[in-house]
Amino acid sequence: MNRYTILVYTENFIGILNRITIIFTRRGINISALTASESRLDGIHKITIEATVTEEQIIQLVNQIEKIIDVIKAYYFKDDEVVYQEIALYKIPFDSLDPQLEKVIRQFNAHIIAAEKEFVVLEFTGHKEDTQALLEILKPFNLLEFSRSGRVAIAKPKFSVQEYLNNQT
Amino acid sequence: MIRGADIVVRSLIAENAEYIFGYPGGAIMPVYDALYDYADQVKHVLTRHEQGAIHAAQGYARVSGKVGVALATSGPGATNLITGLADALIDSTPLVCITGQVAAHLLGTDAFQETDMMGLSMPGTKWNIQVRSVEEIAPAIAKGFHIARSGRPGPVLIDITKNAQVEFGEFNYVPCLGIRSYRPYVTVELPKIQEAALLINEAERPFVLFGQGVVIGKAEEELKAFLDKTGIPAASTLLGSGSLPESHPSYVGKLGMHGNYSPNMLTNKCDVLIAVGMRFDDRVTGDLKRYAKQAKVIHLELDPAEINKNVKCTVPILGDCKQSLSMLIDAVKPNSHPEWMQRFREFENEEREAVMGKDLYATQGGLHMGEVIRLINQYKEDDAVLVTDVGQHQMIAWRYFDYKKTRTQVTSGGLGTMGFALPAALGAQLHNYNRQVICVVGDGGIQMTIQEFGTIMQTKAPVKVVLLNNNYLGMVRQWQQMFFDKRYSFTELENPDFIKIAEAYRIKAVKVTEREELSEAVAQMFIHDGPFFLEVVVEKEDNVFPMIATGCSVEEVRLS
Ligand SMILES: Cc1ncc(C[n+]2csc(CCOP(=O)(O)OP(=O)(O)O)c2C)c(N)n1
Ligand SMILES: [Mg+2]
Repeated sequence: MNRYTILVYTENFIGILNRITIIFTRRGINISALTASESRLDGIHKITIEATVTEEQIIQLVNQIEKIIDVIKAYYFKDDEVVYQEIALYKIPFDSLDPQLEKVIRQFNAHIIAAEKEFVVLEFTGHKEDTQALLEILKPFNLLEFSRSGRVAIAKPKFSVQEYLNNQT
Repeated sequence: MIRGADIVVRSLIAENAEYIFGYPGGAIMPVYDALYDYADQVKHVLTRHEQGAIHAAQGYARVSGKVGVALATSGPGATNLITGLADALIDSTPLVCITGQVAAHLLGTDAFQETDMMGLSMPGTKWNIQVRSVEEIAPAIAKGFHIARSGRPGPVLIDITKNAQVEFGEFNYVPCLGIRSYRPYVTVELPKIQEAALLINEAERPFVLFGQGVVIGKAEEELKAFLDKTGIPAASTLLGSGSLPESHPSYVGKLGMHGNYSPNMLTNKCDVLIAVGMRFDDRVTGDLKRYAKQAKVIHLELDPAEINKNVKCTVPILGDCKQSLSMLIDAVKPNSHPEWMQRFREFENEEREAVMGKDLYATQGGLHMGEVIRLINQYKEDDAVLVTDVGQHQMIAWRYFDYKKTRTQVTSGGLGTMGFALPAALGAQLHNYNRQVICVVGDGGIQMTIQEFGTIMQTKAPVKVVLLNNNYLGMVRQWQQMFFDKRYSFTELENPDFIKIAEAYRIKAVKVTEREELSEAVAQMFIHDGPFFLEVVVEKEDNVFPMIATGCSVEEVRLS
């Protein structure tokens, strides 16, 4: 088993996400994280999916995803083939802010992005292992809430969806 | 400006839809109202159940190669299509299904007969779309037809809200010629052809497996020419039957669970396996871990997702098999494989002795299903279509029907849908009233869609329905006998008087219980002008052999 990132470029149609996710559900495969956003290209959406599967499974998954009519192209990458980040937010009671906590914040290079009367919100971006490490450290400081995004990723190998679209046969 | 409902019908006419199989209801009534005006341009067939409508559309599509059209109302009408959608998807049958939907402003409110047809149909369609305004109707239908029939064909569902059907809009039909995210065809790569030709030329024991892709790709002539040139033995899948005449010298029989002895026995002995337009279904391969491991595999296939899905291949040849086969024909050298072929013939003799003799030519005891098929062969025309349901009769009819022409095999292969045959036969018959359509069905399956006798009565479609009545859910009973200690748990049927039922629908009906009466009854059936129902009471506890039991390897095929 490997951790893979799947990048899916699609038309922006209702239901497309559903069509993609049922491919995983049908095979009993868990999606670890999923992010959807507009891509660099007008009208084309980019869906980033993280899943831990075998190489055989990832090939089948991507084949099935590409079979969807409104999917333009799908690619898969191992972790070392993508640059990726996840953003995490931590809500901490204002009272917990003491010199020790401030030191942690500095060490991690986390940012206080909101400060209210009762609490502050820290932001920290990195790989899951890093954001998880900070989470463990913050728990004793009466952490109130935690939220982590799915990964956003850029692939290292060169490919061009634009070029693919231009090469209409 | 015309009504959305008129746009629906005129779009279907623009796509040359000849028949619409459907059933009305509240949310689709505007379209039915429009159909009234276009009755001279497109024929609507009122089935007796929406499942009947979609199976009829499938039968029509399978024999014609055209897109079948089904129409249903929202809610229960739409959900009744689901089995047919799943069936058409797995058997690559081109369909456009149109369902009514509650008005757009009511979506999500649990309105009367509202059901989430998009969600329900998603896993069972090649593509689906909900249309909520009049101007989206024609483009959705155009795109739907293009998707349904191109590439690997499949079912499309278009869900149209009621408001869109009654709004007024411009009608200017533009057929869909392409979609940027969808590439149904790829150009065959010449290097792959050369690689494959090298393997084929050097092979000592090459073996061809062909499936429905040959029919869909209209590659029957190319397959024949390829076999003529190379002399390679060739075997058919269930849905591939008919694409090569069984009298062809290369033909060695049928693959899989109830296929023939020789192709199953020798799959694990070939050195190069050439799969044409087939998908290595588990009913074909048996245990994959022990399937053709010794062979180099060449896979001619249109759907990229099928490559390496079940069987790893040495040389994938992606593309339309009509093109790849004709390129291969040029690249391979003329050849023959008499010794290798001889091994097939030896196993064939074994099967003939052990199985076929008593299946086809019994002289005492109850009637066998095979005898009925043998007699059908005697009287049928070369291009007669065989439509079968699911069960023992399906396997026996497949084994013994003499396939001579392409598009003569209509059956539910991938899904194995009982109840498929009667409506599918109706659809197949409507495509051409002059072609013989023989519907072979079991006493279990016929009762799943027996209401379609009504549609046969109303359309006067001259379908020849042959009920092989063993008073059992025979196929399940066979498994209970073989694998569950003969514990016949809920498989025996108390059946109605089928003759009375057929006659109630004003269909000429004959029942045969004795061997002496059979031949004349079959002859009478074919002579009869109009629909005919022939019930043959057969041996209750007959089994279908050869058989590869679940989990066994192809080589473990049993003759008894
Ligand atoms: C809709 C559906 N339900 C259940 C089955 C499982 N099944 C496969 S064959 C069979 C028995 C069919 O009996 P019958 O129609 O009498 O045909 P026979 O095998 O006796 O020829 C059953 C129940 C099925 N294939 N389809
Ligand atoms: Mg039966």
